[in-house]
Amino acid sequence: MSTENIIEIQGLWKVFGKDPKRAFAPAMRQATKEEMLEKTGCIAALRDVNIEIQRGEFFIIMGLSGSGKSTLIRTLTRLIHPSKGRILVKGQDIVKMSKEQLLDYRRSVTAMVFQHYGLFPHLSVMENAAYGLKVKGMKKEEREAKAQEALITVGLEGWEDYYPDALSGGMQQRVGLARALANEPEVLLMDEPFSGLDPLIRRQMQDELVELQDTLKKTIVFVTHDLTEALKLGDRIAIMKDGDVVQIGTPEEILTEPANDYVRDFVQDASPVKYVTASSLMEDPTLLLYDWEGANTALHMLQQAHKSFAFVVDKSRRITGLCTRERLREYVRNNPGDKQALRIINGDLVKKDLPTTGPDEVLEDIFAVAGENPYPVPVVHPDTGKLLGVVRSQTIFESMISEDSEEESQEMEARKEENKSNLDHLMEPSKSKEPMTDEANKEGAQQ
Amino acid sequence: MEFPELDFLSVAKWVDSAMGWLLTNLDGFFRGIKAVILQVTLAFEWIFLTLPWFVWILFVIAGGRFLLKSWKKGLVFAAMLFFVGSVGYWELAMRTMALVSSSVLFALLIGIPLGISMARRDGFERVMKPLLDAMQTMPSFVYLIPALMFFGLGRVPAMIATLIYAVPPVIRLTNVGIRTVDPEAVEAARAFGATKRQILFDVQLPLARPSIMVGINQTTMMALAMVVIGSMIGAKGLGMEVLLAINRIEVGRGFEAGLSIVFLAIIIDRLTHSFAIDKKNAS
Repeated sequence: MSTENIIEIQGLWKVFGKDPKRAFAPAMRQATKEEMLEKTGCIAALRDVNIEIQRGEFFIIMGLSGSGKSTLIRTLTRLIHPSKGRILVKGQDIVKMSKEQLLDYRRSVTAMVFQHYGLFPHLSVMENAAYGLKVKGMKKEEREAKAQEALITVGLEGWEDYYPDALSGGMQQRVGLARALANEPEVLLMDEPFSGLDPLIRRQMQDELVELQDTLKKTIVFVTHDLTEALKLGDRIAIMKDGDVVQIGTPEEILTEPANDYVRDFVQDASPVKYVTASSLMEDPTLLLYDWEGANTALHMLQQAHKSFAFVVDKSRRITGLCTRERLREYVRNNPGDKQALRIINGDLVKKDLPTTGPDEVLEDIFAVAGENPYPVPVVHPDTGKLLGVVRSQTIFESMISEDSEEESQEMEARKEENKSNLDHLMEPSKSKEPMTDEANKEGAQQ
Repeated sequence: MEFPELDFLSVAKWVDSAMGWLLTNLDGFFRGIKAVILQVTLAFEWIFLTLPWFVWILFVIAGGRFLLKSWKKGLVFAAMLFFVGSVGYWELAMRTMALVSSSVLFALLIGIPLGISMARRDGFERVMKPLLDAMQTMPSFVYLIPALMFFGLGRVPAMIATLIYAVPPVIRLTNVGIRTVDPEAVEAARAFGATKRQILFDVQLPLARPSIMVGINQTTMMALAMVVIGSMIGAKGLGMEVLLAINRIEVGRGFEAGLSIVFLAIIIDRLTHSFAIDKKNAS
């Protein structure tokens, strides 16, 4: 990879208030947000930000609500006009661009993916994906051909004529991504694109994005408030606090050499057992039995799938227990002609009271729950009890010993392969939101 | 103690002298406007009176069937319209409709662009809001006087008064509709390099459509109400019948004419309202 800088942000400020110049004073450089508001009546969303982003880099901007990360990514396409400073993109300062130059820049250099997707509800998936090209004035056949390619890339073939409302959150964000990719931008700007998605789908989208960047070699600027996501995706991470960039570095550098107490606090829990959550480890169960099926059907399913056991769920996908092939075979042998549903047979056949875990539980806790249990640990939604995925004990152990990043990446590769094949749960219109989304929404409102 | 009167604060005098100045200096301007409006109104009158009554009845049946997806509603509308004709008010009803249609046409031509400008500029919104409040709270009869002075008797002043009275809802709802469009959709369009014009036509207007349609519906209903009052300055129509009935204390006649107006109102309301319902649910 070349080391050419595609974006250079130099001394960038964004100050909200009547007299921004007062906020630029050197005395204010170290002031806290509250002090600055008191002394100058201004709020600085960005304070002297300096960042260089290389071509082809996956660059993460990370911070909590109100840290200025969303403002920063918006200045990169001048959706927010900075108060002071320069943003050189391919050597040209976009802060000084004229209206026409700016339109041209937005049409050809950047494309953005939004937290709440930013789709056009009155346009079909195809029209949404082709919108960036339509704005450029491209002819209908040509732009639809390109949009079609982008839709195939994100796995939405066959959904062209649907409207966004009909799609699940994950699929809507795929449309958002396709719309951005169709433009063939040099820089892909992503503003917390996955924070509104279910954990499993979020992880899958992350994996696919990594893969996509591997093939397309785009420069990606990605905003997130989720440390796990940042560590997983980023080539380099910039951590922001109150408009300041407090540290820029690779995930390793951030973890091992935190620049100050703030970053240290931030990453102190960053030993894998403390920050790796169930949602980032879980997989789709390869086979589920339904509690209305009979013992014969269940046995047949297990044999077909070459599995020795499977979880049993009810109509609402709540886990009711676990069935092993051995016990089933025994039961079928002892009760020939028995047609009762698993739900009715229950006690003898279905193993109850399995240890479960929630999507946000960390490795340490999953390990404690799993204990001696030889079976995978089901991850269930804390409120609805719905089965979200399973964490295999092997995965738990692997993650605990794989401090070595190489091993981890191999494992990730392997999981990516698995994930590619199961698009089907994406087709579920599940839209249950994460607790994180609230926080993210608040931030959106603030800015 | 008597209330202190401030002689120098004489709003009535100012308005009167302003009127006098306008009348002497802008006479040609008003005559031009009058000519244009008269032609449009006459064209509508021609359409409404030339098409035979059964064609209109078929229209409302078709409207019920295709806009509201209900034969039954279409047939009820037809019965209502038939009633209006059968009590002898067909021609007057059509004249009323012509006046309403031309008022609404001008109201939309003026109102939608104004609503768009209001949505784009906060300053303009701040100026317009009290103005619109005033236009709606002012007793509608008040508009008749200046309209009468500028344009004389007849259809045109009635239409102008109707226009002023009926235009606020479409302005307001266009403004609100555009302002309540999902800001992220607008931001997305901006981020892809859309011009203001592209954002307006690709994103804002289509998404504000249901709100704008409600505005059009409201404007139409208010126009119908005002056209009746407009008969006081000589606009022929159903209102005139009501007025005559009041003067002669003919309760039955007044009731017939009143009922005809109500029926027209129901038909227009239901049919125009159907546009405000989200079309996507149907597809």
